[in-house]
Amino acid sequence: MKKIIKFVITDILRNRTMMVYTLFLLASSFSVFSLEDSNSKGLLSLLNIILIVVPLVSIVFSSIYVYNSAEFIELLVSQPLKRKSIWLSIFGGLAASLSIAFFIGAGIPVLIYQANMIGLTMILVGIMLSIIFVAIAMLAAVKTSDKAKGIGAVIMLWLYFSLLFDGLVLFLLFQFADYPIEKPMIGISALNPIDLSRIMILLQLDISAMMGYTGAIFKDFFGTYTGISFSIIVLLLWIVLPVWYSTHKFNTKDL
Amino acid sequence: MGGYAKVKFLLFVIPFLIYYSAQAKTIHVGAKWEYKSVTAGIQAAKSGDTVLVDAGHYKEKNLIIRKSIVLKGLNYPVLDGEKRYQIVSVMAKGVVVDGFKITHSGISSLEDLSGIKIYDGHNVVIKNNILEDTFFGIFIEKGDNCTIENNRITAFNKAEQQSGNGIHCWQAKGMRIMGNTITGHRDGIYFEFVNKSFIKGNTSTNNIRYGLHFMFSNDDTYLSNVFSNNGSGVSVMFSNRIRMLYNSFLENWGDAAYGILLKEISDGYMEGNRFTKNTSAIYMEGANRIHMKKNTFQNNGWALKIQASCMGVVLERNNFIGNTFDVGTNGSLVLNTFKNNYWDKYEGYDLNKDRIGDIPYRPVSMFSMIVEKYPTAMILFRSFITTLLDKTEKILPSLTPENLKDNAPLMKKAF
Repeated sequence: MKKIIKFVITDILRNRTMMVYTLFLLASSFSVFSLEDSNSKGLLSLLNIILIVVPLVSIVFSSIYVYNSAEFIELLVSQPLKRKSIWLSIFGGLAASLSIAFFIGAGIPVLIYQANMIGLTMILVGIMLSIIFVAIAMLAAVKTSDKAKGIGAVIMLWLYFSLLFDGLVLFLLFQFADYPIEKPMIGISALNPIDLSRIMILLQLDISAMMGYTGAIFKDFFGTYTGISFSIIVLLLWIVLPVWYSTHKFNTKDL
Repeated sequence: MGGYAKVKFLLFVIPFLIYYSAQAKTIHVGAKWEYKSVTAGIQAAKSGDTVLVDAGHYKEKNLIIRKSIVLKGLNYPVLDGEKRYQIVSVMAKGVVVDGFKITHSGISSLEDLSGIKIYDGHNVVIKNNILEDTFFGIFIEKGDNCTIENNRITAFNKAEQQSGNGIHCWQAKGMRIMGNTITGHRDGIYFEFVNKSFIKGNTSTNNIRYGLHFMFSNDDTYLSNVFSNNGSGVSVMFSNRIRMLYNSFLENWGDAAYGILLKEISDGYMEGNRFTKNTSAIYMEGANRIHMKKNTFQNNGWALKIQASCMGVVLERNNFIGNTFDVGTNGSLVLNTFKNNYWDKYEGYDLNKDRIGDIPYRPVSMFSMIVEKYPTAMILFRSFITTLLDKTEKILPSLTPENLKDNAPLMKKAF
């Protein structure tokens, strides 16, 4: 299993797309920090990159990688190896290499310019999001065997998580404005890892505005240790559940 | 009385004053002196005398001063109200209370028991005292030309009804309130019907309700005070011609907490104040003709919430830095002027290099309008969709008030 992970990692890290992704992150994070007049404003611009670009690259790259290594996977399956360990190794390799790319590209500049609680949360959230979207991509790839369909599906998924979901939430907010919906909102936000990550960062970045009445409810929940552990557990579930389900699917799949 | 008559009056009075001061005695109070209790010392004193109190613990019940004396403590003698009495009552003109530690007053909302209470005082000076665990700290019930200086006032009760105000003035004029530190009271400084007064260098922190609270108080000047971490910030209402200069309003957090709440205030002037990390730095309702200049708004939730009921408010050369929302409002009517402010969110350009942006800045974002209406929407802040909405709104304003804009925003900080 270790060998496969190592192979996947070295294979991906040599990949040109991965280099471009890392360099893009590196260039954009250094430029936001040096162009904006205050570091916290730089952090804000970086937040948008993390919440939009990182999931997109993770999900698209991973699904394409899985489709492209179909033959390699078939070869491995013919060897005396457990299917479960093959699938998990590919997941591990993808997750590790995307996390490394994110850490080099965005983590190091953040540590240089903003080595505080906000910066650390941001790095943690970025790495979590990378892994979550690898997991989702692999689930999508195992569900659809057609490459074009699969890539279309992951792009739709990304669009859903980063845009459509929030649109739906906004719609619900307007519809149920007369009801006390603050608490259900916390539950709903758990349904989208991007939202959850954004709220975790928001609570540190816009603390003053979040101290208003509604903000205070979110703050009272997400700002406490219970809330932080809740967020992290939910994010971990967003990794574990898709991986578990896709492994199950892969085990029984007719290749 | 004309100027000449005034001089004549003084010429008549001064010899008497000199005569009396020559007669002034010093009376010592303490364990090793003739007078063991402060009450006895005061009884023995005549107007104009000085009563010096040695360090010690004095339980005087309610110490009433009816003579114009100087009551001075050496090394902070303790006057203890035993949690039952008002501690010092000043009922004469020109009294000085200096250097006491005044502790444990009784609690009564009916009588407003206080550490030091001044009844109809003229030229009374209360300075260098330490007040601890008093219901009201220093209470002025009608006063003229009094000085409250360098007192340290601390209360420990947590509930609003268990706690009075630190410095409470009712019906006074010409007060000088300077260099006091007030913590843990209901309102740090409370004014009602207090005119032509000067409030300088006070620190009012961690009070249960307001750091400073005044109503119906005109022509007052507030200079270099610090108000921080108060339950609801600072609230000023129904007053005219207030000048607030170089004050700091810090970390007043909560939905109903404001750096400063301006309600029905007219003809005010605010310069050089700093607002940092408040939920709403300034909340204005029914404010008229307020001139705000060279203030700094930094890292607030909302720098300014200006309701449509405000008129003639002018904001110029202020710095808006790192606020979540710069301006929030509740209507489309704008009768106020924004000019030459620095907004860190401004994305315009300056082609002619005159340091003034060429396109107007609209400080009200669409999302701040949405949050004003649907506060829960705050959970979507900084998400892709709301950023998208904000950008479209910037290009085609529909929800945000058309006229709320700074036509000449600065490219660099104003100061």
